[in-house]
Amino acid sequence: MHGAELLRKVVVDDAGGIRDAWLAILAAGMTAHGGRAREGELRTQAGIVVSQLGEGLAAGDLDADGSGFAPLRETLADISRSRALQGFTPTDTANFVFSLKEPVFEALGRACGSGSPDLATGVVSAGKLLDRLALHTMETFLASREEVIGRQGQEIAELSTPVVRLWDGILALPLIGTLDSARTGVVMETLLQAIVDEEAEIAIIDITGVPTVDTLVAQHLLKTVAAARLMGADCIVSGIRPQIAQTMVHLGVELNVVSKATLADAFAVALRRTGRKVVRQQAPTEERR
Amino acid sequence: MAVTRTETLPIRTGDDVVRVRQRVRALAVEIGLGLVDQTKIVTAASELARNTLDYGGGGDVMAEIVQAGARLGLRLTFDDQGPGIADIEQAMTDHYTSGGGLGLGLGGAKRLSNEFHIASMPGKGTRVTIARWK
Repeated sequence: MHGAELLRKVVVDDAGGIRDAWLAILAAGMTAHGGRAREGELRTQAGIVVSQLGEGLAAGDLDADGSGFAPLRETLADISRSRALQGFTPTDTANFVFSLKEPVFEALGRACGSGSPDLATGVVSAGKLLDRLALHTMETFLASREEVIGRQGQEIAELSTPVVRLWDGILALPLIGTLDSARTGVVMETLLQAIVDEEAEIAIIDITGVPTVDTLVAQHLLKTVAAARLMGADCIVSGIRPQIAQTMVHLGVELNVVSKATLADAFAVALRRTGRKVVRQQAPTEERR
Repeated sequence: MAVTRTETLPIRTGDDVVRVRQRVRALAVEIGLGLVDQTKIVTAASELARNTLDYGGGGDVMAEIVQAGARLGLRLTFDDQGPGIADIEQAMTDHYTSGGGLGLGLGGAKRLSNEFHIASMPGKGTRVTIARWK
């Protein structure tokens, strides 16, 4: 008997048996992994997968990438995508499909009887098909993970480069984290655009959130300052902590810009330069407290 | 001088440089370096890791916690199999760069460390060792 035909017959005729045996294996694996998937959900998923496997085989094809298996691939993709988001391990996800082998092989054995040449053909066909489906599941799983990572990367890039308007003509750019080249480009672009939009005279670059200032970071800072200057805005660098100051001196980096220890100091300088000052309207009194 | 612990980190991509910095900082905290000394060794490590990547074409760093008597120290050895440095004296000169940097990395790393040693063979690669003692 042809491999696909035999397999179809077994999967369709013995669907209930295969599903129950598979569920038992899945449930055993589930308790070992802390029971992430709910049993009812697992039962539904297993039922759908087994019946769609039968439908796919009914098309008379053993090619897992063929059109007959499209609905099954879609189901498996959905399952692995949701598993990726729920934080399942790759092993758990791959095992979901791999563990279907055992019940299918057993069902083939029951249908053919041991020692039958058909059994070997059936096992090889089933093995090939399920391996390919498992790989497909893994591909979707990894793609979903990468999607999550990519989105987080974008979110971080956007989060960490806000330009804040402190007053008319005074901007602040609080830098956070590592200043690698890709992000520095975004930072520079955002700042220069904001200088145009806000008609800023002074931009304060705050590096309180930058853990390490080495020569590359210093060079990026100097380039940003030079570009801002060309656009008619002066820069003040603030948030230079004592240990960073000492390190920069040893490195031999000279920042030829006004720099201040805190953002507040830098803001005071910026106000003074633009002809403003902050005054107390009223002396603090006991009544006001 | 006894080496109490050794670990090796790869330097192949820009992300590895970040990882080296984080690991060096963790080790510096572990041996009880002060905030200033932590920042110094992390910054020196950052310079040398980036040199290994940009000029050496990638390599490895070996981090060792060393002990001499009661003093603990952190020793880092950066290795690459890149083109090497023909004139080390020139490379150590401030503001000299063969790339597009500020030319302060090597000299700066030396000034930020207690010990500094560089060996290079043109065509064979470069090895830079630095140490910071508590």
